[in-house]
Order: sequence, then C-alpha cells, then structure tokens
Amino acid sequence: MEQLIQKLKEEIIEALNLSEMKPADIDEKAPLFVDGLGLDSIDALELTVLLEKKYGLKINTAEEGKKILHSVNSMAEFITANKKS
Amino acid sequence: MKKSCIISHYCQIRDHAVIGDDETLYERCGADLSDFFTGIYQHFDISYPKFYKMDNLCKLGFLSVELLLMDRNIQQRYAGHEVGIILMNASSSLDNDRHHQQTILDRSAYFPSPAVFVYTLPNIVIGEICIRHKFTGEGTFFVRERFDPLFLFNYVNQLFYQDVVQCCIAGWVETLGDYYDSTVYLIEKTGKPDAGITIFEPDTIKHIFAKEK
Amino acid sequence: MSERVFVTGTGIVSAIGFDCEETASALKLSASGIGRITHLNTVYKEEIPVAEVKATDKELMEMAGIQQAGFFSRTTLLGIIAARQALLQADIKDIKAYKTGMVSATTVGGMDRSERFFKKFIIDNSRGRLRDIITHDCGDSTERIADTLGIKDYLATISTACSSSANAILLGSRLIKNGILDRVIVGGTDALTLFTLNGFNSLMILDKNGCKPFDEERNGLTLGEGAGFLVIESERSVRKDHKEVLCEITGYGNACDAFHQTASSPEGEGAYLSMKKALDVAGLEPGRIDYINAHGTGTKNNDLSEGIAIERLFDKNVPLCSSTKSFTGHTLGAAGAIEAVLCVMAIRNRWIYPNLFFRQKMTELAFSPVTDFQYNKPVRHVMSNSFGFGGNNTSLIFSGS
Repeated sequence: MEQLIQKLKEEIIEALNLSEMKPADIDEKAPLFVDGLGLDSIDALELTVLLEKKYGLKINTAEEGKKILHSVNSMAEFITANKKS
Repeated sequence: MKKSCIISHYCQIRDHAVIGDDETLYERCGADLSDFFTGIYQHFDISYPKFYKMDNLCKLGFLSVELLLMDRNIQQRYAGHEVGIILMNASSSLDNDRHHQQTILDRSAYFPSPAVFVYTLPNIVIGEICIRHKFTGEGTFFVRERFDPLFLFNYVNQLFYQDVVQCCIAGWVETLGDYYDSTVYLIEKTGKPDAGITIFEPDTIKHIFAKEK
Repeated sequence: MSERVFVTGTGIVSAIGFDCEETASALKLSASGIGRITHLNTVYKEEIPVAEVKATDKELMEMAGIQQAGFFSRTTLLGIIAARQALLQADIKDIKAYKTGMVSATTVGGMDRSERFFKKFIIDNSRGRLRDIITHDCGDSTERIADTLGIKDYLATISTACSSSANAILLGSRLIKNGILDRVIVGGTDALTLFTLNGFNSLMILDKNGCKPFDEERNGLTLGEGAGFLVIESERSVRKDHKEVLCEITGYGNACDAFHQTASSPEGEGAYLSMKKALDVAGLEPGRIDYINAHGTGTKNNDLSEGIAIERLFDKNVPLCSSTKSFTGHTLGAAGAIEAVLCVMAIRNRWIYPNLFFRQKMTELAFSPVTDFQYNKPVRHVMSNSFGFGGNNTSLIFSGS
C-alpha cells in the first residue's frame, strides 16, 4: 500500500503537470480537490484517464468518481480492491 | 472626435529572447521551446502553477501578456470589463491539435486526454489570460495567413471608437512545433507611456513587429 | 457609425433539414434530428447519439453544385449549401454590385478529410492522399465558400469555439455599422468529426441518451453538424435595391467569463455581461425581449450558469425561452448562426420553438423553458446566446419591425 501511494503521487504529479510539487508535498489523506492542490474538473477527468491507462480501472459515474478521487488514499484503496492480477 | 490611441507598451518573444519596449529582458539560446518557456516563467518569478498545464500556444500568450503587464497596474487602472483581448495567428491551435491526435492514434491504447483536448481551440489562450488578470471585456481570435497590422488596427480602433473597451491587449501569438513568435501590444486611449509616445497606427504596429533584437 | 444592419437572407442546413422550409416543418412537428450515428465511422456508433446531417459527402456535393471532387471538406460543403440559400433569398444576383464581404466561423475546418488521410498515412507514411489535408486549415473553408460565391472584398475566419459564428455575425454587423462594407455574408459551418466526438467524450459531457437542455436530470450535450448563413446589408444597399428586410440586428455583446477553460462560472458572469451589453447596444430594457434562444447545451454546468445569468438580468420576468439544440444538437462553430437563422424565422412568422426532452424544472431556477411550438406570438425582439470554451460569450439581438 505504502509503495502504491508513493507511485500514485508520482503519477499524479506527472499526469497533471504539477511541476512545482514533489510527492512529499501531497498529503495522501487530504482531499485532492477543493483548495488542496488547486485541481479542477479537467484534472478530475485526467485522473480518471490515469486509472484506466495505468491500472485498467474504469470509473463509470460522476458520483463514483467523487468518492474514488477524493484523496490519494481513496484512489489507492480503489486500485487495491479492484485490480485484476 | 478622432482621438489617437497609444501603444503604451509592447512585448515580444522570439528568437530565444524576450523583448519589452526595445529592451532585451531575457535571453537563452540553445534551449528547446519547452525549456525556454519554463526558463522565462522561472526567471521572472511568476507564480501561477497552472502555467505548467497549458499547451505551448497558451504558454506563449500567457508569458507575453504577463511580461507586457508586469508592474503596469492594469487591474487598478481599469475595470475588468474595460479590457479587451484581440489576438491572431496563422496556425490556430494546430500545434496542440497534433498533440491531441497523438493520444487517439493507437487503437489498442486509446486514451484521449481531456487536459490536452481543452486546448484544441486557439481562443483558449485568451481565456487563460482573462482568468489570470480577471479581464471580462471583449475578446476574439483571428486566424490569418500572416500578421496584418492594418487589420489589427481597424479592428481594435473600432472597439475604442464604439467605447467597447478602454484598454486593449492585441497582437500575434504563433507557435507550431519548435517555432514560436509573439508580439503583443498594450493599447490605451489615454495614459503615460514610459518612453516617448507611440501613436497607435498601422505604421507603428508594423514597425514594432518588424523589429529585430 | 449610425448605419443600421438589416438581414435580407438566411440559409440553414442541419440534422433537421436542408433549408428553412424543411427546418420549419421539423420544428412544428417537434421532430428532433438527434439519433444514431450513421455516417461517422467510430466505435461509439451504438453508444453516443448525435445530430448528423442526413446526407453523404457525395450528396452534399450535388446539393452545393460542386463538380470538382476532392477539394471540398464536409464542413465547406455544408457552408456552401447554406450560404447559397442566403444569397438566393436576399435576391443577390451580382455579387460585385456592392462592397461585399464574408465572415465565416468554424472550429474543425477540414478535419474530416485530414482524418481520412491520417488513417492510411499512419499505417504507411508513403500512403494517404495529400490532397486530403490541404483543406485542413480553418481558413480554407471560408476561402472556398467565398470563391464559390465570388466574394472578394473582405474575408475573415473566426474560431472562438462554440461562440464562433455568433462572433462572425457580431463582426459583420460592425463592418456594416461602420460603413466599411455594404453587404456581408456571415455565419458558420462545422462537420462532425472523430476529433470532436472523442474530445468531448473525454470531457465526459456527452449525454448517452441525448441532450435534455434545462432539465433537472440533464446529463450532457449532443453533438451536431450543420451550417447557417445570413446576408446582412446596410441601409444604403437595402434602400437602393428596394430590398425586403427580414429583420434587423440591433444588439450584440461579447464578454469573457474569466473563470475556466471549459467550465462556466457559477454566477454566470460572462453570460450576464454579454446579454447586458447586447441590450445596451440595442438600447432596450430587458422587459422588451420576447424570446430567448438560449445556448442551452444540456450540460449540468452550462444550463445552470446560463439560467442564473438570465435570472440575474431578467429577474422574475424571464421571457419565453428555449434551447433548439434539442433539435439540431450542438453544432459548435455553426451553432450561433444556425440559431440566428431560427431567430429570424421566429420573428418573421411569430413563432416560439419548443425545448424538447424537458420534463422537470431545475431546482436552482425559477423558470422553465417553453415545451410546445407556439404560433401567433408577439415576437419583436429576440435574444440569442452563444457561449464558448475559453469563456467566450456572445449575445445577439434581432428585432422585427
């Protein structure tokens, strides 16, 4: 889990072009949206693409998306629970 | 009735350099386009992380206007709706369109990027500048084969003449592949230009555009 | 400066018809043009509905009177068909008799042909017909339409996303007002392409069941294609030729929302400002507007933001209002012009159009759109909204006599 969280942070920084941030700057427990990293709706879509591209996981509805993309932790939990391997 | 407007400032980004009002503000040879843009951003200590998310056209337009307006107190001098932005270029958003095309090329790895798609329109650069500076005045983007000083003059003049805007940012913002070239003008009805008065007319627009460092 | 701007001709082609007459019948029958994808070759065929123009490129060529195959994108062909109708209605026989210009808008240009080229080229870069990509440029469609019609005095192409053709009308009106031209053919054209379909799909704003503008349960827009063109003329040329005037363009306003690249602000600031400006230019109080042809895309964000802006401006007296995108789909660069043509028809015939697929009022708004086709309504002043990505918002006002 620890490893996955670290990897996710790196992937988020790359996917969202958060060039001025380091993985350590992202609090895995804090909400990703609203204040926090200053992310917007396009970033949310981009994270949806990230989950599909790197983990083969699809988010189907906006409500589902809100829960899964809440924080790095919630993303990691979603990946662990659903990853096919 | 015919009062002249002035070009109070201009900013140019081309040939590895940033020129503002005849002065070379920044120069960096040998860098690729992306590093060059990031270099400008860092050199002038601009703090706007959204910059990194922009496509190259927006980065170029954003930086040009950022440096055009640095320390000019535009927001104090004009209400947001009094400032218009009129830009033009030749390639529209083709540079980023190609980027978007890349993301939908491979049928087996098919991941169109929403963050890339939102920049597949040339006028997004106007939107980005407006968001940054809280401008809500008229804005439009023209696609022309080459920079056309007379066209620009006529269009902007009309906006002033009909009192649509009190201040206008206008110019040329072009980028395609490794190529980039921008000249943006700050045009005002009244105001004190820092060095000499440049009347806003086709010849002066042309003269500034044709300048070489 | 004091020149008035008159509309003397209109042309339209969209999913609901190939001319004004067919369009009118579809509107009266509440027959939406939204349906299954038939022409576009995409994996989303069964999944995403669109509002396609019901003709192949070959059929469009015939309609446009183009013999020379290969140099005309679908976007250009749609434009030629609509522009020709507008000239015909305006009874313009000699294009050179007055200083005549063209301002056309598009967002995809010849993308449909570029995609055809790319499909072959990507497999083997010695393949693909280069001829297919020379129409890619947005300006190419304007030039070919103008060439076909013989317009030479002034050309401009506008690309400001979904407000493109409303801005073309705005620019054309200014050119007349300032006495720069006597006549301008203004409008816009856009064909459906994989580029747009995939792009909008990646933004997750396409309603899989078709758009439901201003409905509480709305879930996105539906893409469409088509073209709309208007002939606008100065007082001078109208008088001299004893032209029949369809209506007048009395107001226009453009403002930037300055909020987000694609999303509209929650308080609808840009929309409010563009509508307010248009009213100011027309010298009208809000209460004088009889009908609003809303931008109404059917996305959660647009309809809420636009609705709030409308209520801010009109307070409790919101005029009759509907989104005709429930008929034509969202035709992007052509939307402002297609809806302008519909506004002219509304004024001429005293019609109000229904907003299809509306069931439930939005909780945040006090008003609901019109849901049935209404005849014999007093329609003197009509407002048409077109809001684009980049926060580029334009409102136009058309006025009858």
